[in-house]
Amino acid sequence: MRTDDLVTMLATGAGAVQPNQVPRRYAIALGWGALGAALLMATLLGLRPDLGAAVLRPMIWVKFAFVACLAAVSLLAATRLSRPGLRLAWVPSALGAPLLAIWLLAAFELTRADDAAQRAVLFFGDTADSCPLLIALLAAPVFVAVVWAMKGLAPTRLRLAGATAGLVAGAVGALVYSLHCPESGAPFIGFWYPLGMLIPTAIGAVLGPRLLRW
Amino acid sequence: MQGTGRLDAREESLRNLLNRGLSGDASAYHAFLQELSAHLRAFLRKRLARLPDEVEDLVQESLLAIHNQRHTYDAGQPLTAWIHAIAKYKLVDHLRRRAKRDLLTDALDDEFGFASAADSEAAEARRDLGKLLAKLPDRQRLPIVHMKLEGLSVAETARRTGMSESAVKVGVHRGLKALAELIRTEA
Repeated sequence: MRTDDLVTMLATGAGAVQPNQVPRRYAIALGWGALGAALLMATLLGLRPDLGAAVLRPMIWVKFAFVACLAAVSLLAATRLSRPGLRLAWVPSALGAPLLAIWLLAAFELTRADDAAQRAVLFFGDTADSCPLLIALLAAPVFVAVVWAMKGLAPTRLRLAGATAGLVAGAVGALVYSLHCPESGAPFIGFWYPLGMLIPTAIGAVLGPRLLRW
Repeated sequence: MQGTGRLDAREESLRNLLNRGLSGDASAYHAFLQELSAHLRAFLRKRLARLPDEVEDLVQESLLAIHNQRHTYDAGQPLTAWIHAIAKYKLVDHLRRRAKRDLLTDALDDEFGFASAADSEAAEARRDLGKLLAKLPDRQRLPIVHMKLEGLSVAETARRTGMSESAVKVGVHRGLKALAELIRTEA
């Protein structure tokens, strides 16, 4: 087939293209992914029993805000990576802001603690050994959905795009997990939560080149 | 600095054609692809100077990719950056596949292939997309043949093939994606 014939073939009956397909695809993916994570959390883990009382205290909102900021920034990065030729620019460094904020709060809490035993409680809580793995588990349905969204678009930096898909999944998974998680120490949240999000991020970086090719 | 004015004008006219094409103007879209193929040929010829025979294959592969991924173009985004990112992605993918193939097969193939057609005009692709098209399943191939090659409408294509109109549209869309996939896995 000559190139001119290909051009004619592609142009014939091409029709109009619906605008805003990038945000639309991500909205669908996040909807289904978050639903999947919520169902997993509800069936396997359950809401934290004192959720009603916890929402009256500030710490759970700090936790929500921290995770939601990471989710929003990584989502922005994912949408940019799904469009050829767009730069990430300031977006990756914006991930540092919520991290820095929670670490400052963590440092404040740790310096105010009475002794080493109390500092250990702030850092390890009761659930440090399960938290990262459970976040990674809840991230799984979101990861599948975000990879689906990316596959229908056009990422050109596959490893980075895969890692970002993993980070979005980890952050949304953590957001859902925070409805179950009984912890309220900033040192706990500032360390174990990001660790949990890094698991799907690493998996995404490994699988990205294979999963996202087009 | 002198060249930038001309480049901007060209980017503007290309972008205008694409935007009109994306909103359904078929002749604008045709003109866009036509200009695009010349642009891609120059872009790729520079980067594939040692493999002149493969330039046209990659022009076609990039055209198909740009068509299939045209919904990722954002009207506010610089068009040239978008086009070059796709063409570069396909170029790197092509070279990677090529390197893998060369590792598996004998280098002999290369020695003969190299000089032979280096002076040709490169308007002819080595890979025949028509042949690849024939490999698609009927539910994708027939809509493409009737709609895109014979120029029938969706309704007529549906009548000829006994498929529903939405199945015809899906068939064209998936078929062109499958064609890109065939290029990737076969070449």
